[in-house]
Amino acid sequence: MESSRKAANPLRQLVGWFTTPPVTGHWSYRFILYPLLQIIAFISVIALFLSAIAYLLAFLFPEPRPNILLLQQVNRQLPGMIISGISIGFVYAMIALGYTLVYGVLKFINFAHSEIFMVGGVIGFEVMRRIDDAGFIQTWNPVLLITTIVLAAMLSSGLLAVFIERVAYRPLRNAPRLIPLISAIGVSFFLTDFVRAAQALIRNDFNLTYPTNDLEWLRGAIPVAFGEVTVNVKPTSIIIVLGAVVTLVALNFFVNGTKLGRGIRAVSQDQATAGLMGINVNRMISLTFFVGGAFGGAAGTLFGMNVGTITPYVGFIPGVKAFTAAVLGGIGNVTGALLGGLTIGMLEAFLQGLLVYFPALGQRYTDIFVFLILILILIFRPSGLLGERVDEKV
Amino acid sequence: MKTSRILALVLVLVLALSLTSMMVKAQDMTVIKIASQSPLSGPQSQLGVGIRNGVDLAVQQLSTDLMDMGYEIQYVPYDDQATPDVGVSNAQAIVADDAILAVIGHLNSGVAIPSSEVYNANDLVMVSPANTNPLVTDRAYPTVNRVCGRDDLQGPTGANFADSIEGVESVYILHDTTAYGQGVAEAFQTEAERLELTVLGFEGTEETANFDGLIQPILALEPDLIYMGGIYSQFGIFINQAAAAGYTGLYMGPDGFDSTELAELAGDAAVGVYFTSVAGPASLYPNAAQFIEDYTESFGEAPTPFAAQAYDATAIALAAIARAAEAAGGVPSRADVASEVRATENYEGLTSTITFDDNGDPEIGLYYVFQVTEDGVADADGDGVADWQNELLQTLEIPSPLMAAAMAEMEMTPEATTTP
Amino acid sequence: MTLREWLRQPTVAGVLIVAYLVVAIVAVLSLDRGNIIFPLLSTCAFPPLVLSPFVILASPLPGRLKLSLILLVIMIVMPVIGIYDGAYMELVTQICIFAGLALGLNVVVGFAGLLDLGYIAFFAVGAYLWSMFTSNVDTVFNINGWLVPGWTFYLFLLVGVVIAAGVGILLGLPVLRLRGDYLAIVTLGFGEMIRVLARNLDTPINFTNGSQGLSGVQRPPLVPGLSEGATFVTQTMNIRTDNIEPVAYQVLFYFIAIAILGLIILAARRLEDSPIGRAWTAIREDEVAAIAMGVPLVRLKLLAFASGAAFAGAIGVLYGAKQTFVSPESFSLIQSISILAMVIVGGMGGIRGVVLGAVVVTLLNLQVLKNFSLQINALKNIDYVVPIINFHISAWPSQLEPAKYERLVFGLLLVIMVIFRPAGLLPEPRRRMELLADKAEAQDEDADGKAKAEG
Repeated sequence: MESSRKAANPLRQLVGWFTTPPVTGHWSYRFILYPLLQIIAFISVIALFLSAIAYLLAFLFPEPRPNILLLQQVNRQLPGMIISGISIGFVYAMIALGYTLVYGVLKFINFAHSEIFMVGGVIGFEVMRRIDDAGFIQTWNPVLLITTIVLAAMLSSGLLAVFIERVAYRPLRNAPRLIPLISAIGVSFFLTDFVRAAQALIRNDFNLTYPTNDLEWLRGAIPVAFGEVTVNVKPTSIIIVLGAVVTLVALNFFVNGTKLGRGIRAVSQDQATAGLMGINVNRMISLTFFVGGAFGGAAGTLFGMNVGTITPYVGFIPGVKAFTAAVLGGIGNVTGALLGGLTIGMLEAFLQGLLVYFPALGQRYTDIFVFLILILILIFRPSGLLGERVDEKV
Repeated sequence: MKTSRILALVLVLVLALSLTSMMVKAQDMTVIKIASQSPLSGPQSQLGVGIRNGVDLAVQQLSTDLMDMGYEIQYVPYDDQATPDVGVSNAQAIVADDAILAVIGHLNSGVAIPSSEVYNANDLVMVSPANTNPLVTDRAYPTVNRVCGRDDLQGPTGANFADSIEGVESVYILHDTTAYGQGVAEAFQTEAERLELTVLGFEGTEETANFDGLIQPILALEPDLIYMGGIYSQFGIFINQAAAAGYTGLYMGPDGFDSTELAELAGDAAVGVYFTSVAGPASLYPNAAQFIEDYTESFGEAPTPFAAQAYDATAIALAAIARAAEAAGGVPSRADVASEVRATENYEGLTSTITFDDNGDPEIGLYYVFQVTEDGVADADGDGVADWQNELLQTLEIPSPLMAAAMAEMEMTPEATTTP
Repeated sequence: MTLREWLRQPTVAGVLIVAYLVVAIVAVLSLDRGNIIFPLLSTCAFPPLVLSPFVILASPLPGRLKLSLILLVIMIVMPVIGIYDGAYMELVTQICIFAGLALGLNVVVGFAGLLDLGYIAFFAVGAYLWSMFTSNVDTVFNINGWLVPGWTFYLFLLVGVVIAAGVGILLGLPVLRLRGDYLAIVTLGFGEMIRVLARNLDTPINFTNGSQGLSGVQRPPLVPGLSEGATFVTQTMNIRTDNIEPVAYQVLFYFIAIAILGLIILAARRLEDSPIGRAWTAIREDEVAAIAMGVPLVRLKLLAFASGAAFAGAIGVLYGAKQTFVSPESFSLIQSISILAMVIVGGMGGIRGVVLGAVVVTLLNLQVLKNFSLQINALKNIDYVVPIINFHISAWPSQLEPAKYERLVFGLLLVIMVIFRPAGLLPEPRRRMELLADKAEAQDEDADGKAKAEG
């Protein structure tokens, strides 16, 4: 017994090192190097683990369908699956952050967050379309263009989230815990159709297509060779990954390295005591909503650019997936949201890629498997991968 | 207590209203109403609103006959929210309104089937612009008709054409898991297998935006053609992403692809996409061009798939009401209207010529295969909307199952006649 | 004597209640669908009638009188009005169905405090159970049109209860250790899984006929005398009806729905007052303390899941038979959420409140909002001009047609309702006390904070 526990220790230490942010050290290590290492570690662990399972499957079922060799297919698809998994995983992670931050301070599920994500996508579209209509889009520097669009989406989604909190949640601060949930559902219904009405009036359009095809550097695909396999990587996928990494590092700095971030953490630990310590609890809650909303908005517009078209109803599915990711990682835990989002995204990409070869199943069972795995993980870790055990009641 | 206050308030309200209800006189009895049911809210509202607009336009343009006879035609749109409960509840409200003599709807077969049980029980005629599910008319109700095609004929049309394209040996089939998309995809699959095309995959997805994951196995399997059972709003985005990810084969879809929006969503990749449709080309049906113009002017957007069918369905209903009214010498009964609709013969619609068989299917369905061209995607008149002048590749004349059976009995060959 | 005291007198209240009923009934029956403001009038006349049982319950009348008045409304007034106008009958039947579902969910969420976002799954289990056996589509249970006879419907109600309860336990077992929002996401996943299965279990073995749905589902046979009764009503009221059968079926389903709802209300009341109910409350309020007091946590949580599911199972069987068509579209996450909205809007935990919530939400969605858009549409048709501001209704842009924005208004109303009545329309007494305590605490805190800031 004693020896086995000792053997497990280094691994556990390693896991602990990668999942608990350092509180000491030089700022460049704490706020830049460590988060980057963390992201890279998460991605590699998940990718390695899922690839191993894929090869195990190929070994167990060499020819699941006539004339199709699973090993060959896995070889061909692996880089593509990992890349699409990473890009959608980052989107989920960014949305999940919104859920998790709000849950941290208010202990409730902000169901309207998926709509804030959608609004981010719509605002991003509006800005890009307007720049395009004005004829500037070709002349702008790519970095400047993307930054402008993302910042506009972040700002408006953040402000919207603050406004929603002020109007629909704050009056219910002392109500039983499920009441704000219904308010959030109401807001969510309202927002989708409100955006639809606004777009109907502005452009009489339902499908909002990003003018990405007008830009030479956004439309083509970059062929990347992985050994014998060549994968066409979309520029927008790269933008998602870069954008997500930059904002995630910034968030880490904000939460762990600034006074305001410390205020948010204090409020999420104990509202009453934080109030007694002279922290303006209401302002911290608004700030949390702003940050969470901004992340949702950034995710919305990056997602929109990647998929090309946004509708007022686009938020629902990514919203549910991201909520799942937040719970999987341990709701309330910021690192958990990142880990959960990447896990769900990659898992989904692998399932979609490989279920095709099992005729009795097929891609339509992707969501079932995702949820089954979620349930399995929660059975062994009832508070999610990185969540702490808390006693709570509905 | 608060309750008593509320009670008093409610009482006053009810009293006041019963008074007003007595004061407002009942309206003139010569109002005839046409109702429509389609999703006007929710993700499917785009097509639902198209149906609503098609009916609206037809009522505006085609009720002159009835107005001359002294009737006022009113149009009542209902939102069925693509939900059976709401559809049935609306249906009960519709049949309770004696002035409603015809219903145009629905978009979803899942809503149309239970709702039409209500219509049929009350002799109210339904003309469907969009329910291609075979079951809708296979129940042989005297009140249920459709002006659109059938999944079990449209799917095989596509498969036959795919088989005839040179170099197409393998297909990959996707559908949107709805009754429409899956139905037509399954029919395609059966026919494709019969024609010995290799079916590399048959997958359903509810995804509407991010298809990256779904595309990976397609890239690895390298099918010659992807068939997509579903609607342009979903698969237009898919085509765009598949092309960007490096898929270079062909695409094909059903009549849910027949929209200029496909060009906008799929971008350059839309050129070359094949689709089957029961809506004829503008060259054969010149009225269609006028319809597109009127529709765009009235509603500020290009017609969606099934909007023209909704217009035709309404036109058939209005004509039948006029005939029944003439025969009855007054407001006709619902049963009369239903039998007049069923008796429709050689109605020259926007998109096809319609004679109903005893089940309510068009006797002879004309199924067209189109290919999107550069010109179709281009915007020559500069109104921001693609021209959608696509190339007609094939016309198939296929009798409805009931007709085919009758023809077989008369020892005629129900073989499809093909014109290149 | 103040007005309030005067109103609390049994005789005065009794007279008022009877007057209220008479006015409401006359109002509903005197409406003419040809009237241009019919939608408005119907919205004002019908909801008061549906809500009358709640008004009667709140009145200071003796218990027996209340009961007979309510029975009168439910057993005689409603069916007669329903025969007069089928739309009302449909509405009341759907209200009963949703009220039953809301009560079932209330056992899980309101009593035991377990947030369930996939409740619709059990409803689906019931609906598919009956439909798989009696649809005219060939399924694995129903080959070559072999049909289970219609009268077995009543047996299947029981089977539905048992099977759904079993599925509830199956779901409950793996998730017992989870709390709060972890439970919520797992139940959400479970609900989605059932829907995806319903959508895809047509291959390799056909259970559900996939997305095409099961059609031609059999209905129970008409009870003898029902058609005659309906004919009698139509004749006395002088309504033109050529075909009495659909009307009779509507009445039949109304009575079955009422009977099931009645049984559910009874069962829920018994559960609430039993030791089990108190143990649930204990779990809801403080799980750790409940365990310490010797409450068998596992068994009670499973029991909550099972009984909630059982209610939904029976209603599902009824739904399948009533619609004669079942497809996966009816069992989406949105449905689970709207049932949860009914529970919370009405007042979580309390039976009367939850039923009221179901009535209000269903009426809003299926009648009030529909009528609102129909009214605007009718005014548009006659080119009505709003006085004073001189606005032509027909000039309203078609992009903003009210029929398209019923969801938007529904969402807005949900927010307004919970903000103004955070404990629900009829709060459960315990919740109300809790809320007051919370508020007092919060005020104390505020006062402390202010004092500190000033000091």
